[in-house]
Order: sequence, then structure tokens, then C-alpha cells
Amino acid sequence: MADMTVQSLSIAQIKRRPSVGTLRLAEAIIIPVAALIVSALIFSIFLLVLDKSPITFFTLIWTGGFGSSFSFQNTLQRAAPLILTGLAFAVPARIGLTMIGGEGALVLGGLSAAAIAIPLVSAGVPAFLTLPVMAIAAMLAGGLWIGFAGWLRYYRGVNETISSLLLSYIAIATMNFFVEGILRDPASANKPSTMPIGDAYRIGAIPGTQVHWGLAAGLILAVVLHILMTRTTFGFAARVTGGNARAALAQGLPVGKLIVICTMIAGACAGLAGFYEVAAVHGQANASLVAGYGFTGILVAFLARQVPLAVIPVAILFGALNAAGGVIQRRMGMPDATVLVLQGLIFVVLLTSETFYGRIPFLQPKRVEDRT
Amino acid sequence: MIDVVQDGAVVTALIAMLGGAIRVSTPFMFVALGECLTEKSGRINLGLEGSLVLGAMIAYAGSFLTGSPWAGVLFAGCAGLVLGALHGFICKLPKVNDIAVGIAFMSFGTGLAFFFGKPYIQPQAPRLEAIHLGDWTGDHRLAQALEVNPLFFVGVALAVFMWWAFRNTRWGLIVRMTGDSAPAAKAMGVSVDLVRFLATAVGGFMAGVGGAFLSLYYPGSWNQGLSSGQGLMAVALVIFARWGPLRCILAALLFGAAGALGPSLQSVGISQGYYFFNAAPYILTLFIMVASARSKVSAREAPGELSITK
Repeated sequence: MADMTVQSLSIAQIKRRPSVGTLRLAEAIIIPVAALIVSALIFSIFLLVLDKSPITFFTLIWTGGFGSSFSFQNTLQRAAPLILTGLAFAVPARIGLTMIGGEGALVLGGLSAAAIAIPLVSAGVPAFLTLPVMAIAAMLAGGLWIGFAGWLRYYRGVNETISSLLLSYIAIATMNFFVEGILRDPASANKPSTMPIGDAYRIGAIPGTQVHWGLAAGLILAVVLHILMTRTTFGFAARVTGGNARAALAQGLPVGKLIVICTMIAGACAGLAGFYEVAAVHGQANASLVAGYGFTGILVAFLARQVPLAVIPVAILFGALNAAGGVIQRRMGMPDATVLVLQGLIFVVLLTSETFYGRIPFLQPKRVEDRT
Repeated sequence: MIDVVQDGAVVTALIAMLGGAIRVSTPFMFVALGECLTEKSGRINLGLEGSLVLGAMIAYAGSFLTGSPWAGVLFAGCAGLVLGALHGFICKLPKVNDIAVGIAFMSFGTGLAFFFGKPYIQPQAPRLEAIHLGDWTGDHRLAQALEVNPLFFVGVALAVFMWWAFRNTRWGLIVRMTGDSAPAAKAMGVSVDLVRFLATAVGGFMAGVGGAFLSLYYPGSWNQGLSSGQGLMAVALVIFARWGPLRCILAALLFGAAGALGPSLQSVGISQGYYFFNAAPYILTLFIMVASARSKVSAREAPGELSITK
């Protein structure tokens, strides 16, 4: 009996071929996962050449990232900004733009939040009013910053990849200018910073955890943006534009507006990440904001194939990698750039794997045969 | 700010800027020439920033270990060559986006440089010697400004050679044809992939040499903050120079002058807004990109196959 049911089931499976959608999804999961495995293998060889144990390395990543409740919370803490910066790359990518300015929007968002907090805190405005104002300032600053790159792209024809990265450098210089200049807290001797917002104004942790609320904001935004990009007219129009901007223009879609809105959403996400870095992690704006979250976010979004929901698990993975970085440095005596090398390697292998889409035989939908 | 500036200060600042422009422009020039070659073949390599940083680190390590800075320059070029060749190889595959791969190589090259460069932050490596061109003037400031590194002249010679070769040689014609129309090149029996692969690899070599200048001459040491986007600005510079090697020299000098603005103002005692002046090259690049995008001259001279101008 058991044999028969197995047999009939398999026949039923053969008859019911997976739909095109299922195959696309399988492809979008299998290829990036395979790319991750290949990167891990190449990195293992790299470690062996350096006479280090790959087994120790990956065990340390596991224990350092997920091993205990403490390390997992550390992972989530680092995943929070990565979700937001990942979204900052993924949303413009859907409309066909390679916007790599997340780092600048994050830094500028953090700076704006810290700057607007100074008068509010000294005037004694309560935290429940101050924090939203800070968040809005951060999102506005980031949104205008990346939105500007989007505007330049559509209305001036300036390549957005280069302009957004240049804007990042300008944003970092702007932060240094203010933090070392008029916004400098005289008490910050070694590391020039803005005035601390004070413990009363710090955002606490999500109850029951040590993870700050930025994680919740990232999760909610990922879901909202996923629905926006896949289930609404706006998202549809954006994806049409991303597929073929000329066709979208011919259809009368407001391509310019769509681009500016998408890039502003992206900048707002990265700016919000900056707000949480200031309000929940550092308590002030300083050079610690330039931590590379914006750049890792690009990799996160690529690995998530620009799907907002998929950004969440990928961001957690890279959060773990960053969280384990310190342990690897201490236990294996390797420089802190080890994680950078691994990330760069994953990036290169992942982009190389793009070539396999539509070329793996068992993942392709059967073509309807031509009977003529 | 005005009362700080005295009579001689303006001259001092200008001379400092002249010297600074020559110094700062050299890495720009090498990266721009490399990018120019790659883009002429119809591909764009944003990863030259990674080649530049890795080149800087390898050059410093090579100079430290062998005792010869020129060996360091050669090693740096080879490191850039390897990264460029990898980029060229990967972009040859179908469905791979050259801009995205460039971003990946930016982070991969930087990561490798930081990883292997850790032990070389402290030690002193032999540096490249400058040629003293200004000693006859008897003016201390001019003499200092006219201490020019031989690599600057190598870069200028390279630009002139490239300008000549693009116009007058068979190889130059093949590269230009590949960049303007891949179908035409194929019809002539030229392997488009091979030409682009070689152009990207050689472009990487040049960027690596540019990196060697950073660590072996100016600023003249290896640290993690050595390059801050020079490799990327050079890409914009090539667009500004409208893919002409000779114009690349002028554009590089202009960028060099912008980069030297902060330090030369500091040399006469204006340290206010130092960070703002540091942003000058980026702001200049952005302005130039806005001005040169959609310009008719630029569109006419752009290689037809280039994705960045579409």
C-alpha cells in the first residue's frame, strides 16, 4: 500500500509540472545560495593558503552570530541598519537605478537627527516629541540627498551610480565639517562629536531583548515596501519603468516622478538607519556613523535579488558575519578586514552567478512545442 | 578670513596649488588613462578604485620587501592587472552587468588591500625620488612646487602615446571599433570579448601604478584612508575629458588643483573649513558631470557601446 501511494504521488507530480512562477522562485533561491557556497569554498582555500583553519572560521561565525541568545541579539542589532540600507539599494534597483549612496544618506540622516536634537534637548522638549522630530529630520535629509541623485539622473542625465557615490563622499565631508566645527561638543576631545542627546532621549530596546527599535522599523518597512513594490499600481509602474524606461514613457507613465519618489524612499530608509545609529547606538553623531553599513547594504540587496522581503534574512546573515568579526579577530589572530575580504568575494561570485539565470536546464519551464 | 590673507600669502597659496596640482593629479591621470582605454573598448570598470587601493598597498609592501620602489610600482601594476583581468573575464559572461561587477571589485580590492596591508602600516618603505626641476629659480617655494615625480612624466608620455596609438595604429583602430560598434567589430573578424578583456586588464595595470604613486610618493605612506574615491572620480573625469587621452591630462590637473585647494589654503594659515575644501574635488566632479551630461559634443565622442552614457 505504501509503495502504491508513493508511486501515484510521483506520477501526479510528474503530470503537474511546476509553474513558471515556482521555477523562477526556485532559481532565485538556488543560484544565490550556490553562490554563497562557492564563495565559502573559495574563501576556505584562501584560509588554507594562509595556514588558518576554515572549520574554525565558519564555526566561529556560527557561534559568534547565532550561538547564544546574546550573540544572536548582537546579530539582530547589526542587521537592523543593514535591512534599511539594503532597502535603500533595492527600491531604486526595481526602477532600474544602481544607487550606491546609502552610506552618505545614513551619515547625513544621523547628522541631521543629532543636530535637530540639540535645541530640542536643551529646551527640555519631552522625548516622545523629540524622537519623532529627529526621525523625520533624518528621513528628510536622506530622502532629499538620494532623491537629488535620482532627479539628476532623470532631468539632467547624470549617471546615478557615480553621482550617488560622490554625494556619499560629500556627505561624509559635510559631517566632518559640522562635527569638527560649529556642532562640536567641546567635551569630546579625542573624537569630535556632537552634543550627546542624553540617556533620557535614547531609544531603548525592544522589551524582552537588547535589540533596539531600529530592527522593528526595518522589518515593518521591508514588509510595507514589499507590498508597495509588488501589489500596488505605483510598484507596477516602477517595475515597468525598470524593465524598459522608453516603453514606460511611451505608455505615458510619469517616469521622472516615479524615479524621484523611489529614490526619495530609498534615501529616507538609509536616513532612518542613521537616526537609529544616533538615537539608539551612539547617542551622538561622529565618525562612527561611517561604518560601512551603506556599502554592505548594496551587497545585501544584490543577494536578496532586490526583493524587499528577502532583504530581511540576508541582512541577518550579514549581521551575523559582522557580529562574528570581533571574535574571529581575537581567536584566530586575523585582521578586522577579514570580513571585508569575504564580503567582497561573495559580491564578486554572486554577480558572476547572474550568468546562470535562464541557463540551468531543470529550472526552465517547458516551452510549448510548435506543431506547425 | 580676509584679514588672514596677507600680501605674499596669495602667491604662496597659488604656488602651493601649482605644486599640489601636479602631485595630486598623477594618480588621477593614471586611473583616468586606464579607464579611458577600457571605456574606448566599450566597457566600464568602476572597480578601478579597488585596483588603486590594492596597488597602493602592494607597491608599499613591494618597496619595503625588495628595497626598490620601482619594483613596488611594477608589483602594483601587476596587482591591478589581475583585478582588471578578473573584471574583464567576468563581464565577458552573458547577463553580467559591468557596473555592478565594478562595485563588487571596488569592495573586493579594498578588502584585500586592508587585509594584507595591516603589517605595513607602521614600517617605512623606500619612496620614489622626485626630480628637482625648480632649483635654478632660487625661490624656495617654487623649488618645492617643482619637485616632480618621474611617474608624472611617465603618465604624460603614456597619454601622448595613447592619443597617437588610437589614431594611427591598427590596435588603436580595433579598440575604437569594438567600443563604437560590437557588430561591426565582429563582422571584421575581431573578437570583441578578447579586445575588451585585454583593455580592461591593461586599464587595471595603469590604475595599480596610480595607486603606487599614492603610497610611494604622495601622501607617501600606506594607510587605510589613503584613497578616498580617486578611482571613482577618474571615471567621471574620463567623461569630462570626452575619452581623449590628452584631455585626460588637463582634466587630471584640474582635479588635482581642486584636491590641493584644502592643503594649500592650510599652508597659508586658513584652516577654517578644511573639511569643506576637502569636499571640493567631489563637488567639482558632480558639477562637471551635470555640465557634460547630455552635451552634444560629449554624446558625439562617446563610444557607442558604453552603457554609462545611455
